[in-house]
Amino acid sequence: MSSLTGRPPGRRQRSILPWLATPALVLFVGFAVIPLVGVFALSFTTWDGIGAIHPSGLASWRAVLTDPRLPHALWVTFMVMAVSWAVQTPLSILLGTFLAGRQRYRAVLGVVYFVPLMLSSAAIAIAYKALLDPNFGLGAGLKLPLLSQDWLGRPGLAFGVVVFVVSWQFVPFHSLIYQGGVQQIPKSLYEAAQVDGAGRIRQFFSITLPQLKYTVITSSTLMVVGSLTFFDLIFVLTEGGPGDATRVLALDMYKRGFQASLMGPASVIAVILVLVGLALALLLRRLGGRDAGASQLEGA
Amino acid sequence: MTTTLPEARRPPGTSPRDRQRRSSRPARRRNWVGGLAGWLWLVVVAVPLYWTLITSLKAQSHYYASNPLVPPGDPTLDNYRLVVESDFLRYFLNSVVVTAGAVVPAVVCSFMAAYAIVRGRHLRVLRAMNGLFLMGLAIPLQATVIPVYLIIIKLQLYDSLPALILPSIAFAVPLSVLVLANFVRDVPKELFDSMRVDGATEWTTMWRLAAPLTRPAILTVTIFNALTIWNGFLLPLVLTQSPERRTLPLALWTFQGQYGVNVPAVLAAVVLTTLPVLILYAFGRRQLLSGLTAGFSR
Repeated sequence: MSSLTGRPPGRRQRSILPWLATPALVLFVGFAVIPLVGVFALSFTTWDGIGAIHPSGLASWRAVLTDPRLPHALWVTFMVMAVSWAVQTPLSILLGTFLAGRQRYRAVLGVVYFVPLMLSSAAIAIAYKALLDPNFGLGAGLKLPLLSQDWLGRPGLAFGVVVFVVSWQFVPFHSLIYQGGVQQIPKSLYEAAQVDGAGRIRQFFSITLPQLKYTVITSSTLMVVGSLTFFDLIFVLTEGGPGDATRVLALDMYKRGFQASLMGPASVIAVILVLVGLALALLLRRLGGRDAGASQLEGA
Repeated sequence: MTTTLPEARRPPGTSPRDRQRRSSRPARRRNWVGGLAGWLWLVVVAVPLYWTLITSLKAQSHYYASNPLVPPGDPTLDNYRLVVESDFLRYFLNSVVVTAGAVVPAVVCSFMAAYAIVRGRHLRVLRAMNGLFLMGLAIPLQATVIPVYLIIIKLQLYDSLPALILPSIAFAVPLSVLVLANFVRDVPKELFDSMRVDGATEWTTMWRLAAPLTRPAILTVTIFNALTIWNGFLLPLVLTQSPERRTLPLALWTFQGQYGVNVPAVLAAVVLTTLPVLILYAFGRRQLLSGLTAGFSR
């Protein structure tokens, strides 16, 4: 054991520890782990959400896997994930680095900056829906043709709006993570670089970015797994439309399950969501050489 | 084996002393790129918020005619009156009950689990539990909502506030345990040892030593979970049915369906549902932001 003091606690004391973790475990198992197994089981059944549940073998899987909407939903989910990652990450790094430094306007920025973090996705979606209205929204009111597009009525534009609103909501959170990451970089590195005559930009690319590697992994994992759960924002903003242009997997699951009363196929979609989430988390972990979880265990 | 000193591992900005020391370091050259991005982003964030606020104060007839960025000359609270009269208080109380009912047990359970995981990391059982909680981070838990719905029906809790509370706790556990364990790990081993020499039990050590020392982290996790649950939409949508059980985000959505044509009223509802959080934000801003920075960037 690597404990600094050597001896582990005595037997009498040790035995209470697992009990301390039990309440959290019971709730987590009851409402997360069992449902996780349950959703897999339900994917082999037919259920309308109210009546009896009947086993139906692979019928739901066959129905979903042969449905052309599935590749489309997967593609939209992947695109929302990738594009919003590509938009949010550079912005968050830039803003996080900026916020970690000393700047005069931090107090001013700090008040407004993080307000989106407090708002519910439903509130944000409703406000944006009104703001982007082609007839009565901001663009129409200002008589700016460029801004008074049918933002939510055209597939490409609606997709762009979803990415923009997602970034609007979550960039503050991720810039906070990067701010913390930058603040943990040893000051001596910058001092040494300054002695060597490295400029600000050189310092950013040679010290800040490499040192932020694990922060990027943490933030990206949260972003990527989080993007799989974008439901409320898209549901309220576009309801998946126009057509199926913004119908991501989570929305597809809800619509099939709770609107069309096809819980079996909806469970198949849920299983796919779980698998995609796990695969992405493992991929990011491999890319980073460690993940947030493993890193915590290294010190143990 | 930790190679760095505990002091160096302590996240920045968690104590006032740290903050002072940081601000007294030598000034570097101005960060022009970051500064420009900072101001641009401020505009991007502020304009929709400002527009929402001023529009909510306009009369409906005035809304269509006026310049959207100019505040109304004759602000009216009629929109707010309409929202408050449509049972706002009930939805607000539902949200309070669900949030408080879920956050307190979630944080207490998670703290106990975090303490056990750090102190008992030589026990295989606890390592397995930790692994299970960490798995929750990699899985979009919303994907489990169909079985959660089934379980809630079987427990005969459908369309009740406890139906929202129980899954909310489970969804909050993974991240809370991770963040809290990170901080419990920073408590110097010597302090645990001296507690043990004094004959303190794990229970006492947990509440008398670890809890006070990790108070900033506990507060941060509390605020973060409260925000997530307060703003939750999917669980209320799926697990409740009657109007009397609606929480604020869901009420907001149905209100939008009913008053969609009255945009100022809809936006007044947006402002009104957001107001409680913003008031808390005004008071706890420093704690929330420094806690989130420290909690998630390790």
